[in-house]
Amino acid sequence: MSSMPVRPKHPEGTPGHFLSYRKFLLRSLALSTDGSLLFYTWMIMLTLVFLVGANAWANQVVHGMITTNMTDHVSWGLYISNFTFMVGVAAGGVMMVIPAYLYRDKAMHNVVILGEFLAIAAIVMCLMFVVADLGRPDRSWHLIPGLGRFNFPISMLTWDVIVLNGYLLLNLHICGYLLYMRFLGRTPNPKWYIPFVFISIAWAISIHTVTAFLYSGLGGRPLWNTALLAPRFLASAFVSGPAFIIISMFVLRRLQVPILDDPIHTLLKILRITVLISLFMVVSEIFTEFYTGGAHTSSARYLYLGLHGKNALVPWIWTAVGLNIIGAILLLHPAATKRAVPLIIACVFVFVGTWIEKGMGLIVPGFIPSTLHEMVEYLPSVTEWKVSAGIVAFGLMIYTIAIKIAVPILSGRVSPPGQPHPPRDC
Amino acid sequence: MTEQSKGKTISLPVLGSVSRRTAMKGVGATLGAGAFAAAISPLRHLADTLTVEELMQQHYQELSADGKKKVIERLEAETKEQYGADVTISDPRPIPGTKFVYAINLSVCNGNGKCVEACHNENNHDRDTNQSYIRVLEMQKGTMDMEQGNTTYDHEVPAADKFYMPVQCQQCDEPPCTDVCPVQATWKEDDGIVVVDYNWCIGCRYCEAACPYHARRFNWKTPNVPAAEVNPDQGYLSNRIRPQGVVEKCHYCLHRTRKGRLPACLEACPTGARVFGNILDPDSEIRWLLENKRVYVLKEEVGTKPSFFYFFDS
Repeated sequence: MSSMPVRPKHPEGTPGHFLSYRKFLLRSLALSTDGSLLFYTWMIMLTLVFLVGANAWANQVVHGMITTNMTDHVSWGLYISNFTFMVGVAAGGVMMVIPAYLYRDKAMHNVVILGEFLAIAAIVMCLMFVVADLGRPDRSWHLIPGLGRFNFPISMLTWDVIVLNGYLLLNLHICGYLLYMRFLGRTPNPKWYIPFVFISIAWAISIHTVTAFLYSGLGGRPLWNTALLAPRFLASAFVSGPAFIIISMFVLRRLQVPILDDPIHTLLKILRITVLISLFMVVSEIFTEFYTGGAHTSSARYLYLGLHGKNALVPWIWTAVGLNIIGAILLLHPAATKRAVPLIIACVFVFVGTWIEKGMGLIVPGFIPSTLHEMVEYLPSVTEWKVSAGIVAFGLMIYTIAIKIAVPILSGRVSPPGQPHPPRDC
Repeated sequence: MTEQSKGKTISLPVLGSVSRRTAMKGVGATLGAGAFAAAISPLRHLADTLTVEELMQQHYQELSADGKKKVIERLEAETKEQYGADVTISDPRPIPGTKFVYAINLSVCNGNGKCVEACHNENNHDRDTNQSYIRVLEMQKGTMDMEQGNTTYDHEVPAADKFYMPVQCQQCDEPPCTDVCPVQATWKEDDGIVVVDYNWCIGCRYCEAACPYHARRFNWKTPNVPAAEVNPDQGYLSNRIRPQGVVEKCHYCLHRTRKGRLPACLEACPTGARVFGNILDPDSEIRWLLENKRVYVLKEEVGTKPSFFYFFDS
């Protein structure tokens, strides 16, 4: 994507950033709204799904969360499940940043911005899922340090507010700075982004660690109260993130964006390891739960086998197990390095498998049985599905638009200010 | 965009000549904005109930005496308007030298559920969901395993071979629920009662996940209480009618107990199983009981240090 030679510094000297940044934004706006029929169809479809979600959410705010299927027994459902999963997807983008910057993998360096865009889109979805889960979104200002009452450092949720927003800002800065510099036709100054890149690597680990601590710190929820939770979250994040990026790279190829084989192979190498580590951790959890037995393992028994005649989550978790195992086999099979189809199928499988495993397979069963050992089951309501779909559609819009802006700028098809525009064809 | 399409222009009265694509973009953006406004239009209903004063209200602990008075007056007026009931909302503070403690004699409790009902009525709980802060577990004699218990029993009590264990907020000395709250909307007061500022809670329900005793409740909808059934004796941090979308919990009836009365669940108990009092008072019944009975607490292993005790008498 950015394989073009970097232009020399602007010959007439640096134009004022006030003007050129405005041009950059306007140009980005034009790029993000210009496209083929396919692009417009895709964006209109996403907009429609988003509008359905927005409407469902507005009704939820007015009529109360009775419109969800959550109860005092299962007090977190699909929203927090998706939130948890999306934190992983956001953290997973770092698996491109590490090879690109730590190991100086040139081919990965050219496409690393895809991982950073994914991080941005995923974090925005995370924040939206949290807001969707709030009973009083009108009071979300109580969460703003200085303005509200920020229960830092004792509440892990305040840590999450900090790390998620911090990660968003870091990635916005890195992507924004690089794109702006390329737009100006200048070589990005390493001191303005390399330190942030390295901070973002550590920060990516922190967002999923903190999110795991949110759950693992609760002594009253034995299913979550395990030291393995944070490592498990990270392992599965490094499955879902790279899997999504591989899929999107194949889509971009279809759209005539030149993407080499090397980054895909690097991500596949990473996936082959992380998918096994992730499965290994699941096996470790299952062994500990089932070999030990007793009341602390009720949630795991309910999840995998059903308990006291209740088994709503059993089909979910075995679907996840099946998808993850088949996905892992496909990834490890030599065909994955040679042909696109098995690799794409494998990525879709492990992506969906991880989504189930982290949400309906982890957040929801943490509440079943309840702390007084009552068996109340949960499946999401139509409202919850609509809102979730709307948020995902919004995230995909961000991801699409970001790529839409970046591809022409990075491939040098957008001229810097003061030079005539080359023909646009994206 | 191709050069060809760039060439096509149309003429508009105000904007003059713009490319067809730009015009289409404008139409699209307008349509999109209009559709978004329509999609979220249900939020208009909020304007009826949500006032600027409520939206901007400060945390309970930051309200001045005057500010608190205004808030209470507003809440009383709103209750009158929305529920048709004249209520008085007081704000009793902890009595110095007091730490409230509860104990239940499980040899005596027979699972009649009067405490559940009394709590429901005293605390202006939602009638539709039959909410209450108390759940009574019917337990199998010979085990303390709650998994073998049952909260939905519906038969004559006491049943043979069963004992009954009411559970409500344990007013822990190490409450995990207040630790996890991201906005300090819930805290432990000096007399040991864990309270919620219903006008500060953002409804994230992290406290519900953190509580090991299923003591917290969320207002999934606006509570429905007929005017005639509204308990007019209300406390700001206790039984005033809660707004939609916030968490609530047992508060040891602080609007009664801080004024020298007993909790509603205790007064309603026909068996005398419930004992309530100030553990710091050496002459109190609860003090004698804790010193002389073999009491236990629920889920001692989770380290929450409850101010709620159970004992068997026989």
